[in-house]
Amino acid sequence: MSDARQILETAPGDEADVEHEFGGGVMGYTVGLGLAALLTATAFVLPALNLVWPPSLPIALGVLAIAQMGVHVVFFLHVTTGPDNVNNVLALAFGALIVFLIIGGSVWIMHAMNANMMNPAMHM
Amino acid sequence: MSATAAAHAASHSVARMPSHTGPANKRIVTGYGFWIFLLSDFVIFASLFAAFAVLVHNTNGGPGPHELFDLKSVAVETGALLLSTYACGLASIAAHRRSAIGFYLAMLVTAIFGAVFLGLEINEFYGFIDKGAGPQRSGFLSAFFTLVGCHGLHVSLGMLWLFTMIAQVFAKGFRDDIQRRILCFSLFWHALDIIWVGIFTAVYLYGVYL
Repeated sequence: MSDARQILETAPGDEADVEHEFGGGVMGYTVGLGLAALLTATAFVLPALNLVWPPSLPIALGVLAIAQMGVHVVFFLHVTTGPDNVNNVLALAFGALIVFLIIGGSVWIMHAMNANMMNPAMHM
Repeated sequence: MSATAAAHAASHSVARMPSHTGPANKRIVTGYGFWIFLLSDFVIFASLFAAFAVLVHNTNGGPGPHELFDLKSVAVETGALLLSTYACGLASIAAHRRSAIGFYLAMLVTAIFGAVFLGLEINEFYGFIDKGAGPQRSGFLSAFFTLVGCHGLHVSLGMLWLFTMIAQVFAKGFRDDIQRRILCFSLFWHALDIIWVGIFTAVYLYGVYL
């Protein structure tokens, strides 16, 4: 088996690839930990210090959370762009679509319904 | 790609040569199958997140997020789970290197931080119920306990799985099938931390600041 072929067919953590370090090694996980800790700390400190314009806070926190999820997926779950990861990426894209439809759809529909019912308890 | 595969097929016997489009390595197939399970779990959590987002203002005159949530405790919980995930990553590296001592140590650290997380969460739940803010108090609290409790249940089951993996490595060593189970466990544990990122943002930070 040629080297090029072996590289093409193996992913981080593959059984056949014993001489490679797993998932980027300790360094990979440490970089992931550092980035995740930074994003978490920012999410907790940002609203407490009134650093951002208050109405933009939900967007800022949402962006930080999605960025941290991305860090986890790349550095801890090792979803890569490699050829043997195409199925994983496609499944993730489908899962993200369903999650977006469920959360976004529910919030949108219930918000519109509450607005139309003019329920005095709901100032949304 | 097909030209290289054809050249390889010509130079080797077809039966021995795994075709590029043929069955993938077992580890990849197992990881893919478990990834599908995890994504279905994410969809379950998405429904719970949606229910929480819809019900968060329905406090029925009871305590709301501002009165209940203690962000300091949540920050410690978050740190504990993050360190637990990191230790779990080190455990999979140790398993890959077939270092039993390293694996046991990293798994123990994973378990300790997991236990810290669970302890703080149980303490928080107990405090809420003590104040009369149990799941039956309001729609907001029902949604809160269902969402965060479901995550806590996942962590508890993960702890059970964690000690099972320690026992299996102790009894059977780093066999290929055990390695695949360790891979699935680490995927599960990392996925729980991803869900927690959603919880501390959408439940606690949004709840207190918005």
